[in-house]
Amino acid sequence: MTKIGVITFPGSLDDGDVQRAVRVAGAEPVPLWHAATTIGEVDAVVVPGGFSYGDYLRCGAIARFAPIMADVVHHAGDGLPVLGICNGFQILCETHLLPGVLTRNESLHYVCRDQALTVERTDTAWTNEYETGDRIVIPVKHGEGRYVADDATLDWLEGEGLVVVRYADGNPNGSFRDIAGISNEAGNVVGLMPHPEHAVEDLTGTPGTDGLRFFTSALQSLVG
Amino acid sequence: MTLDTVAAAQASPDTAQPFAELGLKADEYQRIREILGRRPTSSELAMYSVMWSEHCSYKSSKVHLRQFGEKAPPSDALLVGIGENAGVVDIGEGWAVTFKVESHNHPSYVEPYQGAATGVGGIVRDIISMGARPLAVMDPLRFGAPDHPDTKRVLPGVVAGIGGYGNCLGLPNIGGEVVFDDCYQGNPLVNALCVGAMKHEDIHLASAKGVGNKVILYGARTGGDGIGGVSVLASETFDETGPAKRPSVQVGDPFMEKLLIECTLEVLGAGLVEGIQDLGGAGISCATSELASNGDGGMHVWLDRVPLRDATLSPEEILMSESQERMCAVVTPAHVDDFLRICRKWDVEAVVIGEVTDTGSLTIDWHGEQIVAVPPRTVAHEGPVYERPSARPAGLDDLQANDASRLPRPATPDDLARTVRDVVAAPNVADKAWITDQYDRYVRGNTVLAQPEDSGMIRVDERTGRGVAIATDCNSRFARLDPYAGAQLAFAEAYRNVATTGAVPLAVTNCLNFGSPEDPEVMWQFAEAVRGLADACQQAGTPVTGGNVSFYNSTGDVAIHPTPVVGVLGVIEDVAARTPQAWHTDGEAIYLLGDTHDELSGSEWAHVIHGHLGGRPPRVDLHRERVLAEVLVAGSRDGMLSAAHDVSDGGVAVALVEMALRADVGARLWVPDGLDPFVFLFSESAGRAVVVVPRSEEQRFTAMCAARALPAQRIGVVDSGLGDDAGRPSQQVLVLALPGGEQITWPLADLREAHGRTLPGLFG
Amino acid sequence: MARVVVDVMLKPEILDPQGRAVQGALTRLGLAGVSDVRQGKRFEITLDGDLDADRETVLNRLAEELLANPVIEDFTVRVAEQA
Repeated sequence: MTKIGVITFPGSLDDGDVQRAVRVAGAEPVPLWHAATTIGEVDAVVVPGGFSYGDYLRCGAIARFAPIMADVVHHAGDGLPVLGICNGFQILCETHLLPGVLTRNESLHYVCRDQALTVERTDTAWTNEYETGDRIVIPVKHGEGRYVADDATLDWLEGEGLVVVRYADGNPNGSFRDIAGISNEAGNVVGLMPHPEHAVEDLTGTPGTDGLRFFTSALQSLVG
Repeated sequence: MTLDTVAAAQASPDTAQPFAELGLKADEYQRIREILGRRPTSSELAMYSVMWSEHCSYKSSKVHLRQFGEKAPPSDALLVGIGENAGVVDIGEGWAVTFKVESHNHPSYVEPYQGAATGVGGIVRDIISMGARPLAVMDPLRFGAPDHPDTKRVLPGVVAGIGGYGNCLGLPNIGGEVVFDDCYQGNPLVNALCVGAMKHEDIHLASAKGVGNKVILYGARTGGDGIGGVSVLASETFDETGPAKRPSVQVGDPFMEKLLIECTLEVLGAGLVEGIQDLGGAGISCATSELASNGDGGMHVWLDRVPLRDATLSPEEILMSESQERMCAVVTPAHVDDFLRICRKWDVEAVVIGEVTDTGSLTIDWHGEQIVAVPPRTVAHEGPVYERPSARPAGLDDLQANDASRLPRPATPDDLARTVRDVVAAPNVADKAWITDQYDRYVRGNTVLAQPEDSGMIRVDERTGRGVAIATDCNSRFARLDPYAGAQLAFAEAYRNVATTGAVPLAVTNCLNFGSPEDPEVMWQFAEAVRGLADACQQAGTPVTGGNVSFYNSTGDVAIHPTPVVGVLGVIEDVAARTPQAWHTDGEAIYLLGDTHDELSGSEWAHVIHGHLGGRPPRVDLHRERVLAEVLVAGSRDGMLSAAHDVSDGGVAVALVEMALRADVGARLWVPDGLDPFVFLFSESAGRAVVVVPRSEEQRFTAMCAARALPAQRIGVVDSGLGDDAGRPSQQVLVLALPGGEQITWPLADLREAHGRTLPGLFG
Repeated sequence: MARVVVDVMLKPEILDPQGRAVQGALTRLGLAGVSDVRQGKRFEITLDGDLDADRETVLNRLAEELLANPVIEDFTVRVAEQA
């Protein structure tokens, strides 16, 4: 069975939810501890949401130095599928696996709401089961999710087609160019602020299962 | 300053001591001397003063609170009753649930963000210390006038504090209340509820048993936070001209609390813990004396081993410090190393500070000298008890005589239409998304229902779908008019809200917010409210599992309205059967269950439109509430209901508008025969709910209501195809046919605008 | 033109969770002997014209009422440039 590792940092919150989503998708979740020096025998890694180290210095700034992250960065270079959600996205930006930075929401308030997104890049390890242009609804819940980068970086992201998901029907945090999630060029590393793991069951989280295909996509890309 | 030891106290019996400054009365001080047979040391005096404060000892409320035990209905569900950190309820399949509400009113007024944040932290530690994993939090909040400048300071701070702490902790916030009333202007109410779950065998109690077992203090370091805060902050009234309060506000560290939760659950799960207690108000004084008092009766503590954030703290200050995010565990010597190892894994500092003894005495040393030697029960459980004088408020007869029947009512369809819009936009009724969107309601992935649904619902067992629902309620205007009935109405509303979502009400908690117990009129209100709530719980068959009392809530001489916030917990076998608030499907029938009387005194309409408070609150019929709950639960379980909403603030008008707005689907409505349209729309008669029934189920459902003598009036049909007055068919509308043949049309877009813009307009 | 710097720090007796988290990270990342870290805020305020006594009074008041929360924070105001 495909094994997807889920990292727990001190202060991770959605690690259990990601593990559930991985199970619902039909893979085996493998808990990974931040202090471990290797990711072991896993086929993909999710860096989940939460407030690692309280997010006290800058979101993700301390977690990027966790021992396990060096191994994640190493394997990401070899094509390991890596998904960063919310705080995980912030950590991937701090490690420079992805460009840009997530700053405080324009409203200055934490925002938790069901959010419409447009899927733009579908040849990544985490979105290959969506169609380009799909509109999906999954929740956002963050205080610092405003994607910021300089114009050159933004133009490059757009030009290379690296914007994976974009906010639709209103931008919840003031992100530049309504960016909700991006990928690296190879498409194995994806980061996004919204939480697909909270939209994998009809009964809980955001109504519907629009988030499930992030996880089934990883299976698809690994099984080939 | 020299150290005041037990030996010194014996040698200097006549030393004057500042007992009055610490909040003790002369006779209380005298009793301490009698208990000890000498004067207390300064450390002992600190311990007694904080543990005998109103906040910790319940000295004014105890004689009344006994009724919750004496009148408790027989219930198999109660696994742990009143007196522990929180009561524990059996919800079946081997699962137990614990829940509790606490107030953090005064600290939240002084520093709204940190006050509210640490309120969340404290209640969560209460739940972990029962051995439960916290599942969710809820926050009943009450503020002064929405447009008052100070409300603009307090409300955003409180909301940000609750979110900042709870979101970082990873607990979904699934409900609560937000109420505005002038009476809370100088004294907002910030109550916090937490619910947690565990398997029966994992229940842990706060007791220190087993001579030789070690007492471990773990979590954050001890600093000068809120020294005396419990007695100073929680028992004095704010006075604009008075001296400045002690500046020491407690700062919460939710990241540490998150580590404390995970670390505690891991040591509990590994079977390493004999007894456990959180450190709340009164800190180490409270934890050591309660653990010892509940256990084998003796404990010795080396106070100088306590890790300090501020090395200059004196032993008295260490004993009284309220520093947050600390816990205390009793561990057998064989398990100490494993316990400390797990703490290291989570970066949590842990130190053995004492051990269990059989001396019957709590003794505390400071660098080798004994500074405390007390019988722990006299500190923790045998504090003073007062039967304070009470008197029916002098103006109550006049207040009750001035009822709402004399208020002008809307006369024309246009007036009615406008009044509905005004009530829907009123701050107490308006959409609270501006607040609740600042809370994470999804984390942990088990949230089935959250605000604005009637109750918050959490899946406890992912395999079977078993879950719990919780609602908190209180209409303090009703309690002001009649505290006995007001407390019963608060209970009835929470009970009904739980049943509305399909859960069987099982147990009750409360947070009783009142003015000064030294005011006989307040004491009367308190006694009446407790009597009302105890009687209601007895009649409804739902025991009180615990609660919290907050006195001295007033500004100047004016007490707040009596505010007995009642929380009801229910169980649902499979959360997939829950009944949501929204209607969706064309052709489904809308029924009003229960009896509607002309009951407008204390109503939202009287408050919003006329600024009026007088008369008597709606009648309470707990038998009817039980029948209604049975119908709502059976309707949910057997698939007879597709939506439901309780009728309370703002009456049927508000219930219908909220149901329509939830999924943006309109309906055709009519006024039932014999009812005045205004009374139909705005009466706040208790024991009612609006339900939506699929066509195929109507016969079965109405037969069930008839068999139980529950009135069920068909008042409308869900209809998304009505179109608005301008002929736009896709526009959703509510249309109400009046008895005279006229009709009122409300476009949902207008109602949404009215309902949604109020809070952003005030605070956004 | 005048430039005024307002530094806001949590009072020494108030817990600083942010500072503690940074302290832990500095130690883990190899800086020995870190006994304490306190995190604060710095405001740099540029004013047109001179900082006269009236504006200085207002600024000091607002530093206390707006920039700092005197319940838990201390602040200092200093003039960095006065041209």
